[in-house]
Amino acid sequence: MDALRTLSKASWSAKAGVIIIAVYISAAVLAPLIAPYGETEVVGEVWEPFGGATLLGTDQLGRDLLTRLLYGARNTISIALATTLLAFCIGITAGFFAAIVGGWVDNILSRIVDILMAIPILIFALMILSVLGTSVPTLIIVVAVLDSTRVFRLSRALAMDVSVMDFVEVARLRGEGLWWIMRREIFPNTLVPLVAEIGLRFCFVFLFISALSFLGLGIQPPAADWGGMLRENAGAITFGILTPLIPAAAIAVLTIGVNMVVDWFLQQTSGLQGE
Amino acid sequence: MAERLLTMRNVVIEGFADEQWQPIVNGIDLYLDRGEVLGLIGESGAGKSTIGLAAMGYSRDGCRIVSGSIVFDGMEVMRLPEAEVRKLRGARIAYVAQSAAASFNPAHRLIKQYAETPTHHGLLSAAEAAQNAKDMYRRLDLPEPDRIGYRYPHQVSGGQLQRAMVAMAMACNPDLIIFDEPTTALDVTTQIEVLAAIKEIVSTQNAAAMYISHDLAVVIQLADRIMVLRYGEEVEEGDAREMLARPKKDYTRQLISARRMQRDKRLLPELEDYVVLQCDHISASYEPGVPVVEDINLTIRCGQTVAVVGESGSGKSTLARVITGLLPPYAGQVMFNSAGQADAHAEVLSASYKARSRDLLRRLQMIYQMPDVALNPRQKVRDVLGRPLLFYFGFKKREREQRIAELLHMIELPADFANRYTTELSGGQKQRICIARALAAEPDVIICDEVTSALDQLVAEEILKLLQRLQNELGVSYLFITHDLATVKAIADDIVVMYQGRIVEQGVKADILTPPHHEYTKRLLASVPDMDPDWLDGVLANPAKP
Repeated sequence: MDALRTLSKASWSAKAGVIIIAVYISAAVLAPLIAPYGETEVVGEVWEPFGGATLLGTDQLGRDLLTRLLYGARNTISIALATTLLAFCIGITAGFFAAIVGGWVDNILSRIVDILMAIPILIFALMILSVLGTSVPTLIIVVAVLDSTRVFRLSRALAMDVSVMDFVEVARLRGEGLWWIMRREIFPNTLVPLVAEIGLRFCFVFLFISALSFLGLGIQPPAADWGGMLRENAGAITFGILTPLIPAAAIAVLTIGVNMVVDWFLQQTSGLQGE
Repeated sequence: MAERLLTMRNVVIEGFADEQWQPIVNGIDLYLDRGEVLGLIGESGAGKSTIGLAAMGYSRDGCRIVSGSIVFDGMEVMRLPEAEVRKLRGARIAYVAQSAAASFNPAHRLIKQYAETPTHHGLLSAAEAAQNAKDMYRRLDLPEPDRIGYRYPHQVSGGQLQRAMVAMAMACNPDLIIFDEPTTALDVTTQIEVLAAIKEIVSTQNAAAMYISHDLAVVIQLADRIMVLRYGEEVEEGDAREMLARPKKDYTRQLISARRMQRDKRLLPELEDYVVLQCDHISASYEPGVPVVEDINLTIRCGQTVAVVGESGSGKSTLARVITGLLPPYAGQVMFNSAGQADAHAEVLSASYKARSRDLLRRLQMIYQMPDVALNPRQKVRDVLGRPLLFYFGFKKREREQRIAELLHMIELPADFANRYTTELSGGQKQRICIARALAAEPDVIICDEVTSALDQLVAEEILKLLQRLQNELGVSYLFITHDLATVKAIADDIVVMYQGRIVEQGVKADILTPPHHEYTKRLLASVPDMDPDWLDGVLANPAKP
């Protein structure tokens, strides 16, 4: 109830963002129920126009584009979400650990992260994925590890600031363990910037996976995903057919929606008053 | 009749908080004549600084001057165009802030910053300003007045920096100077230098001054008239000596008597007298070869309060860090009688807190200077107090709730405070929660590191009374670290005087506070302002400097 009341006072952009996200999530969850056809079912000619039996036309193999879009939401969003969460678990744990313990632990962890960050992330991901193969778990783990380097940097810096506070010293002197200090004293006080980061990171991961799919190393056909759909249908644009723009728009709208909500959250918690 | 310089009539200033405008200053009238010093006194949040800034026609971000008139030298400041007001500021009205260290630009030399305002206003050339600065440094008794201006702010001491700032305020020969807590961040021994400088300037310049402070004893050294403020309203206003002798309002009376608190009679017949904690030849440093504390020997007896006094940099807080195990000493050891009996053998505490048992950690608790950062802002009072109960005693939820209520009762807060977030409390309430957190562990010794120095005078006094009452009831021992001798007089049994990392004198309170003193103790004692308008003149006439 509280959450609803807060939301009702939010700005219009935040409400729009929440609605966008809600629509996407329900589309992803309900895909098998609301999709008019099967995920890989061929229902007509190649690149049929909008309207008729297929609301958004068909793709390069004659599959229903709306169906593909709904199933694509499932794959793309769930993988992006899993990857982001994993990246944050790894990044925050390592970052806090480095900040609190300090000394050589901090040095080793930071240097590893520096090395990982020195290599362009897309090239690195392409290299590893082409060696390890492109199953969904591999994809999630590889992208999460690469992305966690950014989270590590942020959470280490945040924890450095908090860990010098007296209340952390109190906890240390009480004899609390490292895990407790990380979880109960430091984490709640770094939550605001971390949540802001999680929203942005989710968008980046989402685009990154779409990009990998576009390059053929992400989610593998025949499973639907938006980046892959974009690539497969890219040729249509030369014939003046708008089909490839639809998955592109789906990606863009979700990114904007997430960012709207994150902006609102930041404004709420940082006490910045928008006039 | 002196010339009227500043008149503020019915000034209302509001600040934006909790999504609405709330009054900070609620209809204040005041006036100031040439050659006069008006003292503004009150606790934090009383609106003192806001009034000081308003006299320059300025309000902080998030504040606005709603109504009222501010007339400076015949000009209505509120109606002047911003460009005109800007000409007044710096040139005719100067402002001296509390923290000189935060107000100077660390990247420029002092003299350049001195020259900035007069050259900007086109009053002096850079060369004239430099010459002027040297004269002013000399008048303010700064060491090496011809050279000190060419140093950077971090190269001079805090007291010198504050005096350099007073000099800077004088650069344009202003008609009105506003001093906003200029000595609050300083040690008592350096405070005197700055007070003397301000007194010299004000008396020779035929300027008017507004002196803002929370410390009545300081204000009466300088002010001709005093205005007492509370919650943005005037409590009373009048001649300084008159007010001191015959305060009209209760609040003023409390302020005057705040520093006269004395230790209660001790009521501890049933306690055995034994040494609970002993520091044995402790030396410690942050970097090898630069000892911060050296050869410290002190003992804390059961149920007693040992006060460690000294100015900042004397190593008091470092000593606390050594005892708690945050900073292992390079020589010496801390002995602790954990059995709680007179005949038990004291054991040596491990140098690092990490190697100490949970029970030993429990017996030694600490309370910090800044209650704001000593409490996790994301926790409720229940979590703050409940954790040590669970951690040390394994209390189940029901026992915990009961004990939290008891603890809140002990520190004189209502039981429903358990549901509040720590950020919803005032400074004094926060410090009480910190005390309760320490008590929750049922410690033998509590180290209190400047626990009252971040609090208003009356709040601080209540905290001291609370600590005393708890000691009488629970028999806990305190190691009380402070720079404030009034606090020491109020609560200590034994006193340890530290200077530059060494103990210069220690013993029972009565012995330390009665002559003959060690040279440094003498200076420290002489530097504490008395509630006596003639105190500063007396001290300056007979300098007790070693």
